[in-house]
Amino acid sequence: MSLASVRWLTALAPVVLLLGVWHAAVVLSGSLIFPTPVQVAAGLVDLARQGLLLKHVVASLFRVTVGYLLAVALSVPIGMLMGWFAGAHALLNPLVQGLRPISPIAWIPLAILWFGVGDLSPIFLIFLSSFFPMVVGTAAGVMTIDGKYLRAARNFGFSGLRLFRSVVLPAALPQIVTGMRIGLGVAWLVVVAAEMIAVSSGLGYLIIDSRNAGNRYDLVVAGMLVIGVVGFGLDTLMRRLERLDEVRWRYET
Amino acid sequence: MRPEVTPKIDVRGVSKTFHTRGGPVPVLDDLSFSLADGEFVAIVGPSGCGKSTLLSVLAGFERADAGEVRVDGEPVREPRREAIFIFQQPSLFPWLDLAANVTFGLDGEPAEARRRLVAHYIALMGLEGFEHAFPRQLSGGMQQRAELARALIVKPAILYLDEPFGALDALTRLRMRTELSRILADERHTVLLVTHDVEEALQLADRVLVLTPRPARIQHVIEVKLPRPRTLSNPELVAMKAALLRELGVTP
Repeated sequence: MSLASVRWLTALAPVVLLLGVWHAAVVLSGSLIFPTPVQVAAGLVDLARQGLLLKHVVASLFRVTVGYLLAVALSVPIGMLMGWFAGAHALLNPLVQGLRPISPIAWIPLAILWFGVGDLSPIFLIFLSSFFPMVVGTAAGVMTIDGKYLRAARNFGFSGLRLFRSVVLPAALPQIVTGMRIGLGVAWLVVVAAEMIAVSSGLGYLIIDSRNAGNRYDLVVAGMLVIGVVGFGLDTLMRRLERLDEVRWRYET
Repeated sequence: MRPEVTPKIDVRGVSKTFHTRGGPVPVLDDLSFSLADGEFVAIVGPSGCGKSTLLSVLAGFERADAGEVRVDGEPVREPRREAIFIFQQPSLFPWLDLAANVTFGLDGEPAEARRRLVAHYIALMGLEGFEHAFPRQLSGGMQQRAELARALIVKPAILYLDEPFGALDALTRLRMRTELSRILADERHTVLLVTHDVEEALQLADRVLVLTPRPARIQHVIEVKLPRPRTLSNPELVAMKAALLRELGVTP
């Protein structure tokens, strides 16, 4: 057996075990409402056939993409300013640290008040959720740049914008990317919660609607599985980014 | 009588004190010396005596509390590309490959000239074939050679070397010394080397300044008038080494 197939088997074994225990638990308890794995699979096929699966996934991904990219566009420059200029750090860090621990879920009422029910509310919540980890990660990335790189660059006459572009940005990039990965993970967690309340599409809506409209727990669990798979895919994509030569130097010696 | 020529580097009455929690610690005490154009001077002294601080002040990374440093008669206020500092820890940029690191300091040269220069300095340092390797893929000795290439390519008039081979193993250190003297024979640089390796100082330098323990003052100056290349077994060099070690209080 090749190493790769051993790895696959190792990863699959607990999944198969869980499915077995799950199935046995449903059958043994005689539950009429909680679905077996087979019923969930049938539910998934049903959703896919009606085109609902794709529709909800796309709706969720759309909101995550817009909210997340807005957050990247704002948090990276702000984080870099905070990391580079002590004054910007002193000015903004208390605010950031004070707002950061507030769960995006707590913002839901305000989001609905300001943006109504529609795409804007979840986008705003996703923006909030990924903005803070990325600001903090970027600022830390800039503040922890090894002084010897800045010193060498200054020796060659680099200063101002040129120093920033040639040394500060590439030196901080690994931590910026790590912050972006964490930010995307949080965004994906939050989109589901936001969709349960503010909109009528997306995976979060699918879950809450399946429960409310006839206790279709097969579809609830199917929705959860899809969330897991898409989230895993997004994280894998971001990990690819961490393997680029521009980034991986930080993690290897 | 010959008219007085302006020295390349002129250090006049430089003093510096660090203010620590435990009170002020004087590090440099009224140091004065100068280097002629093209001269190679080594500074040796007990560890912690302020050698590195002195070099940092000379290169413009730190300010002296009193006194001044002039290069070509101009006071030094900030680091400049005419005087490149090489530190014990290689500071190659880990996100750039070797060729990009070596060309980092070039500014505005046309592409053709760049290609020629980078090929020349990579060959000079014996790093051919590693142009696209990243620093993490190079050995410590290769990184330090790349660092030298990155410095030499901008044709600095002055090199400040702070224990440049200190982190390398003994054999690599010997080889690097030989290579450095070979390169300096071809290219004219004014060099100030800080080292705790007495042998290294005597093998490379025209003049060795011995510093006292902190606060650093010049305790002794040794002129090394031996022809180059110098072998370590040269009896005169061996005798100088013994005298120098006595001066430092290492041997009776």
